[in-house]
Amino acid sequence: MPFKRYVEIGRIALVNYGKDYGKLVVIVDVIDQNRALVDAPDMVRGQMNFKRLTLTDIKIDIKRVPNKKTLIAALEAADVKNKWESSSWGRKLIVQKKRASLNDFDRFKIMLAKIKKAGVVRQELAKLKKETTA
Amino acid sequence: MTYRSSRFLPFPPPFESAEQEDHCQYSEGRRPMAPKDRKPHVSRNPDLIRGVGKYSRSKMYHKRGLWAIKAKNGGAFPKHEKKAVAAAPAEKPPKFYPADDVKKPLVNKRKARPTKLRASITPGTVLIILAGRFKGKRVVFLKQLTSGLLLVTGPFKINGVPLRRVNQAYVIATSTKVDISGVNVEKFDDKYFGKKVEKKKKKGEGEFFEAEKEEKNTLPQDKKDDQKTVDAALIASIEAVPDLKSYLGARFSLKAGMKPHELVF
Repeated sequence: MPFKRYVEIGRIALVNYGKDYGKLVVIVDVIDQNRALVDAPDMVRGQMNFKRLTLTDIKIDIKRVPNKKTLIAALEAADVKNKWESSSWGRKLIVQKKRASLNDFDRFKIMLAKIKKAGVVRQELAKLKKETTA
Repeated sequence: MTYRSSRFLPFPPPFESAEQEDHCQYSEGRRPMAPKDRKPHVSRNPDLIRGVGKYSRSKMYHKRGLWAIKAKNGGAFPKHEKKAVAAAPAEKPPKFYPADDVKKPLVNKRKARPTKLRASITPGTVLIILAGRFKGKRVVFLKQLTSGLLLVTGPFKINGVPLRRVNQAYVIATSTKVDISGVNVEKFDDKYFGKKVEKKKKKGEGEFFEAEKEEKNTLPQDKKDDQKTVDAALIASIEAVPDLKSYLGARFSLKAGMKPHELVF
């Protein structure tokens, strides 16, 4: 019930609307009740409404409005990229992206693999059923 | 802006012989330009804004060196002699003038050329046919014919699609490519696929009832052989890729949750 993810300097957020949709950004300063100054290694530092951001669990240790070099160093030190990609939220996003970029041939191969896997599972299940009834 | 287009290079290539150099009084080390030497020249008059050049007409006259050309020619601009135009044979006035003016049809300079091929369709691409007998089948694209239609083959052994023509509009191009280097498609053109013209027979009364049953619809043997040769090389390169053979044998269909505008083919 109490909040766990707070808007603070160094909080990593995911952009959920607009030109930078899907990017991870760092909240570098708070402008007013609705807006934050955000920064990321591959974008120009700028303001964003909180409604466009979704807070994540990750937080890094920076001072208010660091310069780009310091920011990138802090991101590396906290290993944000790996933490994100190993988190379940990050992994889900990666899978969604992969699924969206699949070729027609890839989809066919996946179908074959699913059928194969289902067949193996069914065989094992049949074996187990036999053991319990026997 | 005709005064801007310069026909003369600032620095033509150096002289080929001492003789040429002697003739030139003003152009030091430069030879007279032959017509085919001229490269298209960039304007010597940079734009201040669009439509307004930096230099005035008199300045441009000086920049282009027209004063030097005139001086070399003795005060006047060098003129070529006009080529003698062969005198047109004397035309007699026509005996008959039509009462009303006849309109001339407008000139049409369009050239017939094959339909522009989509960039995603290259020889060896796997296409999905969307209409007709073979809808949903995945086939291999061979080449575009002069009529604009695409020459396509199953291969026949894999999915039953023979060497066939198909319109680009009824096709989805996937990004899967098959190696097509071992296949020779030179001999196939639109005439190969055209309908055979049958000799008309004189119909007598008795033949009316019998002749219709004689129509034979079997494919000539040489077409079957063509199919086999084309497919032999193709099947070899298809079997090199795992699962590609069963992929080509399966039909495409939309399943639940597939949104065509979001699918990547």
